[in-house]
Amino acid sequence: MASLARRRATDYAVKAISTGFAALSIVFLAWILWTLLSRGLPALGPHVFTKITAPPGAGGGLLNAIVGSLIQIVVALIIGTPVGLLCGTFLAENGRNTQIGNAVRFVNDVLLSAPSILIGLFVYQLLVIPFGGFSGWAGAIALAIIIIPVVVRTTEDMLNLVPIGLREAAFALGAPQWKVVTFITWRAARAGIVTGILLALARAAGETAPLLFTSLGNNGWSISLDAPMASLPIAIYQYAASPFEDWVALAWAGALIITVGVLTLNILSRLVLAKMK
Amino acid sequence: MNFAPETSIDIASAVNRATAPAGEPKLKVEKLNFYYGDNHALKNINFEIPEKRVTAMIGPSGCGKSTLLRIFNRMYQLYPGQRAEGKILFDGEDLLGKQLDSTVVRSRIGMVFQKPTPFPMSIYDNIAFGVKLHESLGKAAMDERVEWCLRKAAIWEETKDRLHTSALGMSGGQQQRLCIARTIAVRPEVILLDEPTSALDPISTSKIEDLIDELKQEFTIVIVTHNMQQAARCADITSFFYLGELIEAGPSNEIFTNPREARTRDYITGRFG
Repeated sequence: MASLARRRATDYAVKAISTGFAALSIVFLAWILWTLLSRGLPALGPHVFTKITAPPGAGGGLLNAIVGSLIQIVVALIIGTPVGLLCGTFLAENGRNTQIGNAVRFVNDVLLSAPSILIGLFVYQLLVIPFGGFSGWAGAIALAIIIIPVVVRTTEDMLNLVPIGLREAAFALGAPQWKVVTFITWRAARAGIVTGILLALARAAGETAPLLFTSLGNNGWSISLDAPMASLPIAIYQYAASPFEDWVALAWAGALIITVGVLTLNILSRLVLAKMK
Repeated sequence: MNFAPETSIDIASAVNRATAPAGEPKLKVEKLNFYYGDNHALKNINFEIPEKRVTAMIGPSGCGKSTLLRIFNRMYQLYPGQRAEGKILFDGEDLLGKQLDSTVVRSRIGMVFQKPTPFPMSIYDNIAFGVKLHESLGKAAMDERVEWCLRKAAIWEETKDRLHTSALGMSGGQQQRLCIARTIAVRPEVILLDEPTSALDPISTSKIEDLIDELKQEFTIVIVTHNMQQAARCADITSFFYLGELIEAGPSNEIFTNPREARTRDYITGRFG
């Protein structure tokens, strides 16, 4: 009986410790959100969305940064999604247990955990120096390189969840492989694949380091991909480090906008995934 | 092993004696050996499957019956490391040779699996998917084809009002009959059934058995089953496989009442399995 009491005590202790640490991690998250809301909300106003960068005290906003971020993310998505989707499809449909499949999978995992500043430097060497300047294209391509490994990974994982039997049933009707993949396996896994793309999008939206060396940022209004382009993370980085009160307030507003955007994407992806069931 | 490996069992002629005249066998297996990597799964199989009859393959798990079924529609070719040697003549053409295209073979030899595998789309599209692979039909002709095969699979009455709803919402028995309808829709010559009722309740099972009886008017049917009563009820021909060998095959009533081989008798009386 003594051992039963001891087991109960151990059980209680383990539960208490793990609950405590779970609470601790949530405390930090709540703290961050609280700080963000309390500083960001008062700084929000119509000017944030309608004005572009202006000198301190002149009532500037984040319009150029918001639009620049959107453009670069959309271009990154257009470049990165097909590459990631097709690579993930190759790994799941043709690359299981093959040498080339394992090599691609390994490289992709390395890319997935590569520091994003390295990706920025890589694109700097590859595009910025040879083409003579910072540009929106360079920023979008750096973000695409962030997006690709995430999409590859989730696409492969989601396709692996599709039962072999479903593929065999389609083959058994006389379907060639490309039709089995596009009409049956993609369709069966589409909610998961879309979730992966949304998560990749959320990750790219908050990246600063790859943009520092590529699209640089732009205090003026520019929607040309050939010129340096503003973005929210870079604007936050510049404003937050400045000594001017209204600029710091804009940094908080920008941080809030990104966080709400990323949170929305995450919730959206969960809804999509839940709909699959 | 006292079983002479060279014995060829002439089922077609056995059926000739018993029932209506049948021509050449639809499928003729000659000296077939099959390997999963180094594992020799089927050993020197010689076997004939008569046209427009139901042929059952029985035997304990791992005896090679499903393997043989998956060779008939070249499913094994999807997996590297699996290889077949020998010949399978399908209307005189070698199924294992290179002259027949896999997609064509699979449209002429359809297959229904153990677990129902509806595609994640509407009932109508489940059927149209396979048809569109091989024919381009207009809307009216496609509607007609869908109705035709759903009627053949005895599921039209249950589905006619919900053709455009997801097939995933049907019961297991309905899903399996939809899979049969989907296979029929392509108008194959042979239908392979791999334990088609093992995941179903008795009522759905009996519906599918009735269906098999109906379908043999038009199609050659090969069924793998673990259910001996099912083989006895549905099959004209029954074959018994054990450890990768075809032990014996013949008219079902003979196999189940008076088997020639002791191993067959032991299996059907439940002494091993």
